[in-house]
Amino acid sequence: LAPWVPVVGLEIHAQISSNSKLFSGSQVQFAAPPNSLVSFFDASLPGTLPVLNRRCVEAAVMTGLALNCSINKKSLFDRKHYFYADLPAGYQITQQRVPIAVNGSLSYSLCIDNKMSQMVTKTVRIKQIQLEQDSGKSLHDDTRSQTLVDLNRAGVGLMEVVMEPDMCCGEEAAAAVRELQLILQTLGSSQAVMAEGQLRVDANVSVHHPGEPYGVRTEVKNINSIRFLAKAVDYEIQRQIEELESGGTILNETRAFDSKLGCTVPMRDKEGKQDYRFMPEPNLPPLILYDAKSLPANMNHQQVVNIDWIHERLPDLPSVKRAKLVEQYGILPEHSFTLLNEDGLAEFFENVVKQTQMKPKKVIGWILKDLLSYLKQRSLTVKESPVSSLLLADLLNLLEKKEISSTAAKQVLAELWKGEGKTPLGIVKEKKLELMQDQKELEEICQAVIDSQENEVIMMVLG
Amino acid sequence: RLRFQVSAALREGRVTPTELCQRCLSLIKSTKFLNAYITVAEEAALKQADESEKRYRRGQPLSVLDGIPVAVKDNFNTAGIETTCASNMLKGYISPYNATVVQKLLDWGAVLLGKTNLDEFAMGSGSTDGVFGPVRNPWSYSRQYKEKSVPKFHSEDTEANWVITGGSSGGSAAAVSSFTCFAALGSDTGGSTRNPAAHCGVVGLKPTYGLISRHGLIPLVNSMDVPGILTRCVDDAAVVLGSLAGHDPKDSTTIQDNFKPFELPNLTDVSKLSIGIPKEYHAPGLSSEILSLWSKAADLFKNAGAKVIEVSLPHTCYSIVCYHVLCTAEVASNMARFDGLEYGHRSDMNKSTESMYAATRREGFNDVVRGRILSGNYFLLKQNYENYFVKAQKVRRLIANDFVKVFRSGVDLLLTPTTLSDAVPYMEFIKEDNRTRSTQDDILTQAANMAGLPAINVPTALSERGLPVGLQFIGRAFQEKQLLTVAKWFEKQVKFPVIQLEEVKRHDHGVFQHQKSASFS
Repeated sequence: LAPWVPVVGLEIHAQISSNSKLFSGSQVQFAAPPNSLVSFFDASLPGTLPVLNRRCVEAAVMTGLALNCSINKKSLFDRKHYFYADLPAGYQITQQRVPIAVNGSLSYSLCIDNKMSQMVTKTVRIKQIQLEQDSGKSLHDDTRSQTLVDLNRAGVGLMEVVMEPDMCCGEEAAAAVRELQLILQTLGSSQAVMAEGQLRVDANVSVHHPGEPYGVRTEVKNINSIRFLAKAVDYEIQRQIEELESGGTILNETRAFDSKLGCTVPMRDKEGKQDYRFMPEPNLPPLILYDAKSLPANMNHQQVVNIDWIHERLPDLPSVKRAKLVEQYGILPEHSFTLLNEDGLAEFFENVVKQTQMKPKKVIGWILKDLLSYLKQRSLTVKESPVSSLLLADLLNLLEKKEISSTAAKQVLAELWKGEGKTPLGIVKEKKLELMQDQKELEEICQAVIDSQENEVIMMVLG
Repeated sequence: RLRFQVSAALREGRVTPTELCQRCLSLIKSTKFLNAYITVAEEAALKQADESEKRYRRGQPLSVLDGIPVAVKDNFNTAGIETTCASNMLKGYISPYNATVVQKLLDWGAVLLGKTNLDEFAMGSGSTDGVFGPVRNPWSYSRQYKEKSVPKFHSEDTEANWVITGGSSGGSAAAVSSFTCFAALGSDTGGSTRNPAAHCGVVGLKPTYGLISRHGLIPLVNSMDVPGILTRCVDDAAVVLGSLAGHDPKDSTTIQDNFKPFELPNLTDVSKLSIGIPKEYHAPGLSSEILSLWSKAADLFKNAGAKVIEVSLPHTCYSIVCYHVLCTAEVASNMARFDGLEYGHRSDMNKSTESMYAATRREGFNDVVRGRILSGNYFLLKQNYENYFVKAQKVRRLIANDFVKVFRSGVDLLLTPTTLSDAVPYMEFIKEDNRTRSTQDDILTQAANMAGLPAINVPTALSERGLPVGLQFIGRAFQEKQLLTVAKWFEKQVKFPVIQLEEVKRHDHGVFQHQKSASFS
């Protein structure tokens, strides 16, 4: 059977982390009482006009720069029309003609064979980043035949990041999204928490035979976590292959991922083959951005967004942070990935290193194996760890000074996890885990053991 | 002039804001048959007048506008007062906020009498297609019109023969014309302030796009709409303009530059002026009367020493069809928000959201609005977008460039007719549909909206039928001072007559009318 080449592209909507919405002054806040964060503009009251939020523009520029994009010094806003209960104006303001950033790239890493021993770096092209409004939320109450509409989210700023179909499977898609998530969180342009709807991913999936044109693609929506993203993509690839191999065809449709069943199902035709009747947004002039060269001398810098100024202030991106960790501490690249993957873990590690004489290369084992597994078992975040970096450092110091064995250290750690406020030294004393330094005492104990196990000793001596 | 007379009278205590307000309210009641007002906010107005009075007594009026009764077209949001756009869709809609221009008027102390009638959602050129019925031109009841009417005039004939105000700001024009207020706000997208101003014999100013905030003006075409100013003299228009113009952070299409209100100089020497006469404005259907008036006006300037030259705006003939495409496209978009969910009319149909939307919109909008929505959506379809919308935008650029070229060649202002004829009787007007009428009536005013330029109608003379005819000046962008200065000079030359209305005479205590003067023609 001829091999199949799966092709995966992604459309990611990241909610911008800002105090107020993209075009109005109402607050952005998760889980507020319904319809409590709705301005006149958000409710589409007639006669209201959009006013662009500067912070949202800066967030998009930061993100574009971090993704190696060209920032368009002039970008435009458009109206995308469709009728839906959560879209009060009957159109969404977006950037269809000329978005704020284009032609970037994102590098991400995968472990080969799940072993965390070999990592390979891949790149996905970023087609564009555009600013657009989020919609409200509608809840369908079928028992009472009604739809409940909450407009709190209507008008919140989104960055849509479009990733070209350079990925080939669920794992790649997941890794790319994970890296994007880390970048956004590092920049602060989005908190990117999928569970709170701050990061939403739609996957475009198709398969074809090598050398042939791309196959018909489907869009997969309703993916609520990175894990489910990998599952959904892999399921859809498989589904398409099976469909085609049994002589069927793939429809250009939208499918929803059902996380309970682990499969994709056709979605009710919400938008179908709709004509969105794009039209320029007449109430917003073109968005003009400046850099050091183009900035007019007499321009009030409060009034403009300066791309170079933002560039200079970008924090270290995850890839840079990882490289620094590897260089500074001599840890493996795979280790740096895990450190950054867990919120707060890298800082924890660095704090421990600062407070202990143990070499970082040894500390990392305690962090990644012992600490992390404890956290995972109890579903705790680093912040919630009952063992602070100071406590762990104290413990590792005891080990380093050879005051306890590594077995004993693990016992102490287990005790520390109970979070009863004891110190490592306290536990060592309490459980009498001190390594014996006295040679004579050790000889006496060994002799006592040998004396009490005569038969075993004879067996051993005889071989 | 009138405003300053009244302002002076208020300052000097010869009349109080409350008296002024009461007289206007009373006159509104007596002229109810004009149907100029949709809502009269009597209680609120009297309260504002009372507060104004207190300020005058303290010797601390807020401005020249303090205590001056004004009216506002019913497509501007007014907090606490119904805003209907003369549509079933917004009947009973009470907005929670004031349009910026309304807020400014109130902040300067003006007394808001009420909301004036219009074509539904400002779509029309007659003020005949709103759900509250048509507006009647006050001149229908004037002695001047009745005298000229053949055959002999009976009161039943007025019923049959009353003439339209023009539109879509007919209510505002009628209100100013009949002395029920001293200034009114209209809107102007294709001529909706200048057209009724011409038919009602009042000054109608369309400012440069971007000079006055549109925040709170329910939009027809966002890229062409401007708030319009209607007054009885040019000086008054300048005062109102000064109180309204300037950057509004709530409207991103207003210019950032600081606006400096100005006083109009009394121009005596026009010899440095260059007046352009665009030959394309000799449009088909232009009445010989108006053509003659236009010619006389050109001569007036020439004889006073100004340079008067014929110019060409070659793309004028495309402006109507271009406007039709762009206007309907924007209408389709702007009206999408009227779904019955958040505000306004909501149909009882509740089988599904879609059916509720459809029923709400069918019930809420009249045929004119629905027709434009359908056309607009057609032009915005992906397969049509390039051929219609984008093409129209390109043609729009050509039209705007026509003006740029002419102004660059040394012409200061353009002088054109405002309308093709004087006001027609209602019974005749409704023989053609809204679309046909708009196409005909907008031809002389529309291009200024395409180009975003300021333009003003100045009442010039009475027609053979005794009805007002106005002429239009079009100026350079943001050169309202020059535009109004020349308009004021022209106004002084033509001495347009004051309307002779029974009802006004009855309420006049020397405050409303000044000496009648010789008319222009």
